[in-house]
Amino acid sequence: MSDAGPGALVSSVDTGNNAGAAGLVAEERLQGRGRRRSRQRYSAREVGLAALLLAPSIAVFVAFAYRPFLNLLNWGTFESRRNGAYFVDVGLSQYREQLTGSDFRDGLWHSVQFVLYTVPAGLALGVLLAVSAHRRLRGIKVFQAIFSSTLASSVAVTSVIFFYLFNPVVGLIATDWLNDPDRAMIAVSISSIWQNMGLSFVIVLAGLQAVPDEVMEAALLDGYGAVRRLLRITLPLISPVLLFLLVVLVIFGLQAFAQIDIITRGGPVGATETLVFKINRLNRPDNIGIGAVYSVGLFFVTLIVTTLQFVILERRVHYAR
Amino acid sequence: MASLTFDSVTKRFDDVVAVDALDLTIMDGEFMVLLGPSGCGKTTALRMIAGLEDITDGKLLIGDEVVNDVDPAKRDVSMVFQSYALYPHMTVRRNIESPLLVRRYRVDGPDEPARKLTRAERTERVEEAARVLGLGELLARKPAALSGGQRQRVALARAFVGRPKAFLMDEPLSNLDAKLRAATRLELVDLHRRVETTVVYVTHDQVEAMTMADRIAILSAGRLQQVGTPQQVYEAPANLFVAQFIGTPPMNTMPGTVRTDGEAGPAVDVGAGRVPVPPGLAAHLGEGQPVVVGVRPEHLVLAPDGPIEHRVRAVEWLGHECLVFGSVGPSPVVVRQTGMASVDAGSTARVTCDPAQVHLFNPDTTERLT
Repeated sequence: MSDAGPGALVSSVDTGNNAGAAGLVAEERLQGRGRRRSRQRYSAREVGLAALLLAPSIAVFVAFAYRPFLNLLNWGTFESRRNGAYFVDVGLSQYREQLTGSDFRDGLWHSVQFVLYTVPAGLALGVLLAVSAHRRLRGIKVFQAIFSSTLASSVAVTSVIFFYLFNPVVGLIATDWLNDPDRAMIAVSISSIWQNMGLSFVIVLAGLQAVPDEVMEAALLDGYGAVRRLLRITLPLISPVLLFLLVVLVIFGLQAFAQIDIITRGGPVGATETLVFKINRLNRPDNIGIGAVYSVGLFFVTLIVTTLQFVILERRVHYAR
Repeated sequence: MASLTFDSVTKRFDDVVAVDALDLTIMDGEFMVLLGPSGCGKTTALRMIAGLEDITDGKLLIGDEVVNDVDPAKRDVSMVFQSYALYPHMTVRRNIESPLLVRRYRVDGPDEPARKLTRAERTERVEEAARVLGLGELLARKPAALSGGQRQRVALARAFVGRPKAFLMDEPLSNLDAKLRAATRLELVDLHRRVETTVVYVTHDQVEAMTMADRIAILSAGRLQQVGTPQQVYEAPANLFVAQFIGTPPMNTMPGTVRTDGEAGPAVDVGAGRVPVPPGLAAHLGEGQPVVVGVRPEHLVLAPDGPIEHRVRAVEWLGHECLVFGSVGPSPVVVRQTGMASVDAGSTARVTCDPAQVHLFNPDTTERLT
């Protein structure tokens, strides 16, 4: 899942584009410039060539993604005995037990919490910074560079910085949040929001720069005030970018690990143990079956959440330019 | 409806003067075309009317009101952009309706406060605009599903639906193909006649200017060169720039010297013959005075006994007319003739012209002598 990353998402956004435009295809055909050609038959030569060209990437995917994933599914059916001394094939019963168990549910809830804390704030911050830095002013590049700079810092570095910032004795934000089960997740989220800020800013800014100046000027002359312009014109026009960012941030949130491991180590009393953190903890010979079940669980959670985002929000996204 | 006045308006971008002390009055209900080559300041002038550019110096008035510091939305002007600038996420109906949704209008009389239109009023206006511009069946579509010409009409409808004091148009036809452009020119003139509002239209295309304008303002390098009806700027260009900018092919110009010793009165020696001078000017010219002669291609006539020698370089036959390219002395000169010319490339022809159609320009100031 993690190696599929943003690249795969970009292509799925594109596919979405075609689907969104499907309604227009009929009209466009009338004008003789259909964007999507009707299904045409390919000759055997073309099919052969396509297979040949696709073969290397399919081979890589099979070797490093699909086959390991099948192995993972398989491992989930084995229960360890005597602390991993041997394994027993128990079929799907381990899946049933573990995925309905309270530990998995707790992990899922912590992951969801983390997503809820980081994603809306990340989106809002990205839009806010990008809108304020999308101006023709001398020296604006300096601010653009500053706002995007968190993109270049690694999660490990960011986490160490925030770990010390939150230190109750020497930290600048001297609070006891990291030892407070109700607040520890907020503290971790703040470091992630900061970390993601650069990415959100860069992506939203790119979206804003693609909006034609004349459209914004037309809105100005039509009488749209600044707030209306943002809500009714700018945001709809950059909605494809916002959807992309939303999907990416949610996946980042569900997959977050390093910041939790460094800042709280899952604590206090397991309050920041997200699913990924638990999977990592379970990744030992005596628990590898359960770890596999959790991994499969996380995969389907991610798949469902991402699909829902596309299905629900696609209608509200305007791809046409 | 209102007049627009530029009172020595200047616009500077850093060190570049885009518009230099422009004085121009656009009358109420007039179709004014701002014409000039790219970079002449015409679009900047238009954007200053809209309020999209600040005015560096001078005063801009809409009606009697100085609007230098008035918010663009409050100026009650609308603009059609080169790219049409439609809202891609809205249907045609919403695009047209959009100014009505956010602006307040003085619909209850000039003394009543401005208010938002009711839904019924908005629908009525949108449908009217759609009917006038033939968009009735397209109202539910999004701009992406429209052709260039249809998008352009939506942009016009959006500009027109709020009944603004003035329409501003920034090269609105330049994204259309030649055939559609010609048709839309007629439609625009027609629309202007119907809505009787002030139009300021920016273009670099002299054909658009000549065919649509009540008056043309010609700009070059930020300076106003001439304002006048299409006929005035064509027949009495104020200076060499206007003479050469208006007309296709442009007016021929030949530097020469006034000679008063000829039998047929004063003439200008252009190196390869003498061009007769316009009758009204003869009295003001002195022997040896340097001038630039300007004659339009259609006013030169191939004649075996003509006084001017024309070395023919190429002949272009266009069907209804032909263009004879060549030179008189050192100056390139084109002769336009209906039908087919009986001269060949490489030969030498002789041409003559009606003295009344000859223009003389001062070589230093480039102003036309009158």
